[in-house]
Amino acid sequence: MAVDQSKIRNFCIVAHIDHGKSTLADRIIEMTGLLTSREMQAQVLDNMDLERERGITIKAQAVRTVYRAKDGEEYIFNLIDTPGHVDFNYEVSRSLAACDGAVLVVDAAQGIEAQTLANVYLALDHDLDVFPVINKIDLPSADPERVKEEIEDVIGLEAQDAPLISAKNGVGVEEVLEQIVKKIPAPKGCPENPLQALIFDCIYDSYKGVIIFCRVMEGTVRKGTRIRMMATGAREEVVEVGYFGAGQFIPCEELSAGMVGYITASIKNVKDTAVGDTVTDADNPCAAPLPGYKKVQSMVYCGLYPADGAKYPDLRDALEKLQLNDASLQYEPETSVALGFGFRCGFLGLLHLEIIQERLEREYGLDLVTTAPGVVYRVYKTDGTLIELTNPANLPDPSTIEHMEEPIVAAEIMVSSEYIGSIMELCQERRGRYLGMEYIEGTRALLKYDLPLNEIIYDFFDALKSRSRGYASFDYDIKGYEPSKLVKLDILINREEVDALSFIVHADSAYERGRKMCEKLKDEIPRHLFEIPIQAAVGGKIIARETVKAMRKDVLAKCYGGDITRKKKLLEKQKEGKKRMRQIGSVEIPQKAFMSVLKLDDRK
Amino acid sequence: MTENRELELYFHIPFCVKKCLYCDFLSQPASPLVQERYMEALAREALGRAEEAEGRKVVSVFFGGGTPSVVEARLICGLLQNLREVYGILPEAEITIEVNPGTVDAEKLSAYREAGINRLSIGLQSADDGELAVLGRIHTWQQFLETYYAARKAGFANINVDLMSALPGQTLESCRKTLESVLSLQPAPEHISAYSLIWEEGTPFYEMEKKGILSQAPEELDRQMYRETKRTLAKAGYERYEISNYARAGYACRHNLGYWKRRDYLGFGVGAASLLENVRFRNADGLSRYLENPLGCREQAQALTLEEQMEEFLFLGLRMTDGVGFDDFADCFSHSLEEIYGPVIEKNLRQGLLRRCWRMDGAGRRQEMLALTEFGLDVANYVMAQFLR
Repeated sequence: MAVDQSKIRNFCIVAHIDHGKSTLADRIIEMTGLLTSREMQAQVLDNMDLERERGITIKAQAVRTVYRAKDGEEYIFNLIDTPGHVDFNYEVSRSLAACDGAVLVVDAAQGIEAQTLANVYLALDHDLDVFPVINKIDLPSADPERVKEEIEDVIGLEAQDAPLISAKNGVGVEEVLEQIVKKIPAPKGCPENPLQALIFDCIYDSYKGVIIFCRVMEGTVRKGTRIRMMATGAREEVVEVGYFGAGQFIPCEELSAGMVGYITASIKNVKDTAVGDTVTDADNPCAAPLPGYKKVQSMVYCGLYPADGAKYPDLRDALEKLQLNDASLQYEPETSVALGFGFRCGFLGLLHLEIIQERLEREYGLDLVTTAPGVVYRVYKTDGTLIELTNPANLPDPSTIEHMEEPIVAAEIMVSSEYIGSIMELCQERRGRYLGMEYIEGTRALLKYDLPLNEIIYDFFDALKSRSRGYASFDYDIKGYEPSKLVKLDILINREEVDALSFIVHADSAYERGRKMCEKLKDEIPRHLFEIPIQAAVGGKIIARETVKAMRKDVLAKCYGGDITRKKKLLEKQKEGKKRMRQIGSVEIPQKAFMSVLKLDDRK
Repeated sequence: MTENRELELYFHIPFCVKKCLYCDFLSQPASPLVQERYMEALAREALGRAEEAEGRKVVSVFFGGGTPSVVEARLICGLLQNLREVYGILPEAEITIEVNPGTVDAEKLSAYREAGINRLSIGLQSADDGELAVLGRIHTWQQFLETYYAARKAGFANINVDLMSALPGQTLESCRKTLESVLSLQPAPEHISAYSLIWEEGTPFYEMEKKGILSQAPEELDRQMYRETKRTLAKAGYERYEISNYARAGYACRHNLGYWKRRDYLGFGVGAASLLENVRFRNADGLSRYLENPLGCREQAQALTLEEQMEEFLFLGLRMTDGVGFDDFADCFSHSLEEIYGPVIEKNLRQGLLRRCWRMDGAGRRQEMLALTEFGLDVANYVMAQFLR
């Protein structure tokens, strides 16, 4: 059964976070009728528990639906969901490469936000046709006319006939479907050409092995096709091809040029499949691979250690599986004096880190200790060599360092004019370099700053939100490396250096950071039978100190016949708390202390 | 070894004149009619459950609360009378009732004596009227004196006085003064319970602390008061035999020792707990339900595993300054203490939290004991938690 290419629409929805992308996706799936209302879960595309709880979409996913348009024809829609957070630009990029067009959702009350711009530019970079949709018109504060003007003025997209919708209530979605048919081009490519398919995602299934999500650009793939991954060189025979129902795989005969679907080929080795790679026919290969999409660099590194050292192999397996459908996750083994065997892992950003950490804990049942995240520093040594430093513990002796460089980002912050002052102040505190400011319209401005990455990975988002009461949005791009006066800050607990707590910091903020770290650790570390000094040091010199006082009293004054069971529960709770501690020397440190010391902004 | 054929009885009287601000016990003011109905229900429960105590020797009876003395004396005495008919209460049994100053008079006290109650526990808490007011107590020091001497006159020769330290605003000086005042009673009480105030969740005190109206005494001061109490009472001839309990020789509270030595006990009344042949169970908290069907309120029976029994043996036994006996443990569980808890014991001995010593018991048997040290008593939870799985 050949599919008429002109009746296929491959598209995605892009939006700033919370502008209603997932809700619109749900409505589209609902209204194209592939699912009964009973089958609809609240948000069909977000099928991970974690996503539902956080309310954001993490992994790109695809769904195929059939739409009977007003012209009487049936169209196949392949909707590819994309994440909305700046950490996940890479995933957005992967999804975009599989599409021919994009629906831009803008909130009728909030208008354009920083990520709206970032995502639109990304879509245009991929040569996608983009048309706008104005959502949440049911809000009392909705002002669709103003937003239309904004879209035309700021982005330069025609917006006069943009559908005005309420995805939540299903209003106007019909018009969106029609515009998808009219405004998004049908795919090109010839089913008879040599196979050329782009891997935009993959997952591991214990029965089927690796399941490849791909967009066929040229040619046709079917059961029995002998395929080759052009980058890894792996060859396999196709076992099954199919497309994506909502939440399930539906096998079909073949996938031809223009189609989006999946391939299984009993691939057991996770490493054979790289997202971004091109699949071709081993017997009739295409001339060249597709341009891979923008290869991402891990921006944030931290150490991940199993709380129970014996779980190290489990952690390794879990990371391997996660990496399969999250190519932006990187890891390599490392050891820490304080924490034992673990991995140094690279992430796109702090949110990405937190999500991976949660997935490891939730989906793989691992109990983890996470060390302070840091960025990649370049250390130029006097002997002319260069070290890319991801773990502060590996910083060479200062006398052998010629100079160091740190990554800088070009940041764009969109903010209501009343908060410009406090946001500029924040950027100054974070060593920002002011580049300029543009007014988007009367009451909103776009601030441009160069900021050191290590100043924004910790709690910049939180600080931004709290200092603008939520009325600021933020996006950034890596700009490059610049020389900087950096030092390693060490933390000593009970006079023992704890390698997992060391981090690199700008010399000017070392004292301040050290002081705050000590204060924070003082609150995190429970009292022991003896006094525990907590010290911060740079180059062996103590720059800050706090003391956890010795425990003087920990006793239940009363315990009689009526409360024996209850009193025992109290003791059990105390015992349970101890299990979540790391023993360092003679001091027990709660696992969360390694992470929570990073949230140091005191102006909440 | 715990005498398994021995039994204690506990009666919970959930009534008081007015709830104190720090109190988290099951207690509330109630009309005389409700009180009478409750006492009838108690009798029904006690009689209905008598077969559970078949063949047992009752070594102690305890009327606790609440304030048992708010209830009319004839109701308490009548209940005790009924009990004697169905429970094997030994003639030398310790029979205690808790009273609060201002709720008893000479007549009531005489009635108690005549009914065979031989031990009185008086809630004083402080000799400072200002502190009493802060606690929300209904009496003054003067009223306590009247009650105390009336009790002596009625013939009570075994009296406990409850004291509290680490009260909001209390100084070391006023703590000392309370102790002196109590010790200057003629004759001084045979037994003193001295508690460091506990800020229990759900009490007005707890709420007031959260709102910043009251604040807990600093730990250092709390411990100074604790040490002061111990020193002063030791000098006056009282032995501290448990974390918060002091007694003249021979006057340790047998009933409470039973809890720490895991003697079987049956509790009657709302919310009352029991331990019978290594099963713990309790009555539900609701008063109206209890009034309706006192025999149908049992909930949460928990059969203790051998491991749980060992844990209890330690975290209860270590509350006593004598600690737990190595032989007693081995008799109970056919394993030695070292076998089960060797490393924990070693570690705590090394840290100076536990000590080993020899002791002669009443029967003239010498055995080695494991007990908390002075420092260990201050951080008892830290030590006890390690004996849990």
